[in-house]
Amino acid sequence: MTTRLAIRFAACAAEGRAALVTFVTAGDPDHATAQAILHALPGAGADIIELGVPFTDPMADGIPIQLAGQRALKGGQTLRKTLAMVRDFRKVDAATPIVLMGYYNPIYVYGVDVFLKDALEAGIDGLIMVDLPPEEDAELCLPALKAGLNFVRLATPTTDDKRLPKVLQNTSGFVYYVSMTGITGGVIASYDAVGEAVARIKAHTNLPVAVGFGVKTAADAAAIAKGADGVVVGSALVEKVRLSLDGAGKATPATVPAVTDLVSELARGVRSVRKAA
Amino acid sequence: MTVNPAPNSFRNGPDEQGRFGIFGGRFVAETLMPLILDLEKAYAEAKVDPAFRTELDGYLKHYVGRPSPLYFAERMTAHVLALAEAKGGTGGAKIYFKRDELNHTGAHKVNNVTGQILLAMRMGKKRIIAETGAGQHGVATATLCARFGLQCVVYMGAVDVERQKPNVFRMKMLGAEVIPVQSGTRTLKDAMNEALRDWVTNVADTFYCIGTAAGPHPYPMMVRDFQSVIGHETRAQMQEAEGRLPDSLIASIGGGSNAIGLFHPFLDDPSVKIWGVEAAGHGVESGQHAASLAGGRPGVLHGNRTYLLMNGDGQITDAHSISAGLDYPGIGPEHAWLHQMGRIDYISATDTEALEAFQLCSKLEGIIPALEPSHALAKVVQLAPDLPRDHLMVVNLCGRGDKDIFTVAEHLGGM
Ligand SMILES: Cc1ncc(COP(=O)(O)O)c(C=O)c1O
Repeated sequence: MTTRLAIRFAACAAEGRAALVTFVTAGDPDHATAQAILHALPGAGADIIELGVPFTDPMADGIPIQLAGQRALKGGQTLRKTLAMVRDFRKVDAATPIVLMGYYNPIYVYGVDVFLKDALEAGIDGLIMVDLPPEEDAELCLPALKAGLNFVRLATPTTDDKRLPKVLQNTSGFVYYVSMTGITGGVIASYDAVGEAVARIKAHTNLPVAVGFGVKTAADAAAIAKGADGVVVGSALVEKVRLSLDGAGKATPATVPAVTDLVSELARGVRSVRKAA
Repeated sequence: MTVNPAPNSFRNGPDEQGRFGIFGGRFVAETLMPLILDLEKAYAEAKVDPAFRTELDGYLKHYVGRPSPLYFAERMTAHVLALAEAKGGTGGAKIYFKRDELNHTGAHKVNNVTGQILLAMRMGKKRIIAETGAGQHGVATATLCARFGLQCVVYMGAVDVERQKPNVFRMKMLGAEVIPVQSGTRTLKDAMNEALRDWVTNVADTFYCIGTAAGPHPYPMMVRDFQSVIGHETRAQMQEAEGRLPDSLIASIGGGSNAIGLFHPFLDDPSVKIWGVEAAGHGVESGQHAASLAGGRPGVLHGNRTYLLMNGDGQITDAHSISAGLDYPGIGPEHAWLHQMGRIDYISATDTEALEAFQLCSKLEGIIPALEPSHALAKVVQLAPDLPRDHLMVVNLCGRGDKDIFTVAEHLGGM
């Protein structure tokens, strides 16, 4: 079965460019605005959407995504509502891949089997679970693959050559390379090091490699797009949400455009780098 | 709750995956995975190295002050006897205190920290991070770091920084950097999140010294092993005092390290009845408590599967306890398993009950206990009158109350 993710990465490669992967938090700053943002992302230039599932204890996230999750939870967002967002999105967009990104507990509590069934029905393509390393594959990774969802694994600077095959073994859709040892929203110390790491991973797999953590501007995106098949941007986008809110923390007419404007810029950054198709 | 047949031994866990039954595991970000595998290997090597054992025992004896006494609490015993008689009973167990509050730094936390710091040095790590709730684990970590000239960073929820000021001052005196954590609910769980964020960022030189028997494998096992000195000593000391095993053990539970340390060496002695005491805050039915077994469900947080306080969407909810050291929405995975297996009875004590026991112990025994073991003492007073007079009961007096006098004064309306 050719998945939406495979089709989209292949299409971007055919255009000779990297894919722009945009992360937003489901329900941030409220359900309706988040839905509007989701609908607007592809038009603004997002190739793939990562939809963050809010969690009270996001251990691998920096302050921007922590705050986005808190805003969403305060607004009453739940995993059930996040699935509903994707279902609504699929009514208007059948092609843009959506990957849920988050922590295991909400899914575990929802019930893995029911969740996988509901996620597939909603039109979700893959899962990125921060706190499920290969050692815990039996929990969700293997059932998800069996159900027909992609399971996108994170590889990091601490994943050495000896460990890499283990990390890649049950990975599908793409490989998410974490650009630094750190939390989301950090600063990339060296693009060269990231480029080398991407090359190292590509020597081990035919899957596309996307790079995330620390990409904030069109220039960052262009620098990463040289070597990677995808560029992930998250913290910078949810910061745009935060900065657009009114004094009471409510969405304003500026909220959706604040996000889509940055997405458009990032899309230009990604497209500024041409690669052999 | 006995739902499963008893295993051959309750002392063989965890398995290779770090599981106690379904509990435990290694639910961490990939960045940390190589680090906890390294730690597991380093600990496995240290554990069987007689030189490591000798070094650890030496510091426990000369620096920490072990063994801690097993003390016959004569007036507490007389008190429960009187309670029994008042209701026409003939019971009243004999109460012993395991005096871990006499350790250097004032609590059991130092047993574990001494072990982990020696291990950190063996691994060549120069920077130590820790989370702390009541501040006892932070103080113990700051102390050992001062002793060995290591850099020490302690994460502490901003709410706890306020209510445990004396310990914050102690940590600073000892040269540690105390970072108040403003995220989430600003208590112990958030301090742990922040420590994990630090670790994921500073992977090369940093050792994360976890303060309770929770977190990703191998921490629950390693912390248990280091704390088991409490139970091993108790066994030998009771043999000497009474010529036999105790009949029951009781200890308070935050993450569960003082409790598992006392309990573990006795798990395969079926004659020994064991009680763990969770913090019931304003009452388990009030929803404002820290009793994860009584009021929680299995979930995944901080690297392990265990019982957690959470809502229907899997979002972690606030714990509440008067005791900052028990104010945590989870519990170590081995306790979750022992609960499921029915080997240990987990009960709970409210803030009010703990405050009463705090005063009672101070007045009867001249020992001001920490609020954490006051939860266990509260249940001793309730359980012991109905137990026979030849029943030997050991309560883990795992900390002294100096750090709590301001909190208690506030609740009792001044000094
Ligand atoms: C004196 C004392 N007892 C108990 C605890 C709770 O931890 P644990 O359940 O790991 O023993 C603490 C934690 O700070 C403590 O300071």
